[in-house]
Amino acid sequence: MKSINKFNSIIGIVLLLPLVLFGCSSNTNSVSSNEGSGADASQQVELDILSWWTAGGEADALNAVLDGFHAAHPDILVENAAVAGGAGSNAQTVLATRLAGGDPPAIFQAQGGPDLLRWQESDSLEALTGFYDEFGWKDVIPETLLQMNTVDNEIYGLPINVHRNNVIWYNKKVLDENGLQPPTTYDEFFTTAEALKAKGITPLALGDKNPRWATLLLETALLDQLGADGIAKLWTGDVDFDTPEVRAAIGIYQKMLTYTNENHSALDWQDAAELIVSGDAAMMIMGDWASGFFASKNMEPNVDYGWITTPSKEKIFNVVNDSMGMPKGVANQEAVKKLVEYFGSVEGQKAFNKLKGSIPARTDVDVSDYSLYSQSAAQDFKDSKIVLSLAGGSATPAAFINKFDELINMLTYQQDADAFVQALNEAKTILKGN
Amino acid sequence: MSNQRSAMGKRRKPLTTDTLFSLLIVVPSVVLVGIFVYGFIGWTGIVSLVKWNSVNPDFTFVGLRNYVSLFDSFRFQSDLRNMIFFSILFIAGVIVLGQGIALLLEARIKGKWLFRNIFLFPMAMSFVVTGVVWRWLFNPQSGINLFLSKFGIAPGWYTDISIFPGWKWFKVEFGLPVALIPVLVAAIWQMTGFSLAMYVAGLGNVPEELKEAASIDGASKWKIMTKVLIPQLRPITFGLVLIMFQISLKIFDLVYTMTGSGPNFVTDMPAVYMYETTFRNNYYAEGAAISMIMLLIVMIFIIPYLSRQRGED
Repeated sequence: MKSINKFNSIIGIVLLLPLVLFGCSSNTNSVSSNEGSGADASQQVELDILSWWTAGGEADALNAVLDGFHAAHPDILVENAAVAGGAGSNAQTVLATRLAGGDPPAIFQAQGGPDLLRWQESDSLEALTGFYDEFGWKDVIPETLLQMNTVDNEIYGLPINVHRNNVIWYNKKVLDENGLQPPTTYDEFFTTAEALKAKGITPLALGDKNPRWATLLLETALLDQLGADGIAKLWTGDVDFDTPEVRAAIGIYQKMLTYTNENHSALDWQDAAELIVSGDAAMMIMGDWASGFFASKNMEPNVDYGWITTPSKEKIFNVVNDSMGMPKGVANQEAVKKLVEYFGSVEGQKAFNKLKGSIPARTDVDVSDYSLYSQSAAQDFKDSKIVLSLAGGSATPAAFINKFDELINMLTYQQDADAFVQALNEAKTILKGN
Repeated sequence: MSNQRSAMGKRRKPLTTDTLFSLLIVVPSVVLVGIFVYGFIGWTGIVSLVKWNSVNPDFTFVGLRNYVSLFDSFRFQSDLRNMIFFSILFIAGVIVLGQGIALLLEARIKGKWLFRNIFLFPMAMSFVVTGVVWRWLFNPQSGINLFLSKFGIAPGWYTDISIFPGWKWFKVEFGLPVALIPVLVAAIWQMTGFSLAMYVAGLGNVPEELKEAASIDGASKWKIMTKVLIPQLRPITFGLVLIMFQISLKIFDLVYTMTGSGPNFVTDMPAVYMYETTFRNNYYAEGAAISMIMLLIVMIFIIPYLSRQRGED
């Protein structure tokens, strides 16, 4: 009798096991933005959006758009299926699985350029060209951003936001007290740096525990030496990396390193930004998310901290961008189209970017209620040459940037420019897609 | 004879409820382990031999190309060097300290349980927590350098890129990366409590008669320790070496949170490289190759252990 009970319970366990194992696998981070809606449930369609906007302002920004969309279309429920962690790599793993498994999200976040277009290569993306024609987006989104998501005259991505990362942030009080001006050329930069060093102030704060921020330093030097067109050519893999201009940029980078804080390899960018906040360091080259960081430390723009684009011979806006892609084979096509349309609308882009701390990819959005920095960035976005950023992830496939990070980590400590240039030339195969 | 046969026949009689239970209990785990461990090892092996280095699977066979390019790279050579030095020193540190403290506790019984627990506590923490805390302790501009600077010393700790002694070894310098020392301190700090607990338990199992006999024969305390106690602890040491080796080979979370790959890859580890290659670059084939190499290294150590155990059975 006893053993029959045992037998039953074991059978029970065996039967339950699959439930336990596979029941857990469908726990998306669902925060639906539709609570309290009055619409009839039977007429509602459900969509979901996959992203890695899970932290602070980003999550707020996404929810603001979803709330706005829901107000306009109460019959469509949008589930926020954001995946946290790994700087987006976790979300991309989920995306790959869902696309392969025939369960695509309605729309998803990707970095504009190769990161998005690799899904086009696997024939998983719907072209959005029809939207561009219908809503006139081609007239309001800059050409460079259109081109980055274009294959064979079809546009596959909708740019949502724009960050800039060729910016020198400086502690205004430190520069003012020492009678110094923010530099507009690299010669000025080094004169300023020398003056600061003499006063015992770290001229350039750097945190390259993640070598990506060292890559950014070199990228800004390349912008100056090669110009907007030259650097774009460099990332096609068609030109030699061993040119006098590239060598000169490496020289600038190596010289910049001598003006950084000694413990840079121990710091994240936020730790480096703290050095600007405390006044221990004067300048820092970082993407414009730093503006939000300084604001969160109660620093006033143009009083406590200031900004200027990194030196370059032409006026350049180095773009970091997120775009939306729409997979093939999504159910409820009509509803999905409305969602894409909303993300591309003035209203959607305005709400998203204000909270995200970026500026809209559309140039016709009124940003007068944005932060002081964002207003100036939006103005520069209109009258600068737009370049896709390497460190920002839009210029090359992820594998190349990561290779570049690896190589710059070696360059920083081995100081072997020859080996660096040679390794870059070998890495051109990644740019060519082999 | 016929009795024997019928007895054997009985033993082989299949489905008593008891054998059914044991089968039912074993089958799910055999199936799950078969699929999720051995099946995926096989799959990883296959992936490491193909061209799949993007999000779009590509099963073109490339032979050992992924392995060759790995062994040729500065980063992977650094990883192997770091792994060798980290493993040896980590294991040695954990064993020597654990055994030493256990023997000291054995000598002074009072408060033994208290010290044992104090030393065991670090193990309750995750390597992630340990990594973050020790990262700040060893940060050259904050941490313990604030104290050391009063004596005019300010080591670079994990920002130091020097290798000791630094012989040329393929593309890298062979030796102990100085930057690994803080990582070793953190790892040893965390795991010593575990080896201590094992040794304390082991010492409790040493028969009193052995110690008594030795002291009656006129052995000094030192002699008892080195000639009686330590030899008795050998099986524990052996088991610990294996456990610690697995931990050190797979080490990821501690390094990832404490130092990352480090300047010039002085603190990079194969597991960190594998993670970044696979999940950041989507170089699945190359990531699989790193995993297979790690597996092979573990096997070199585990198989002799298993065959030895088999011999003992």
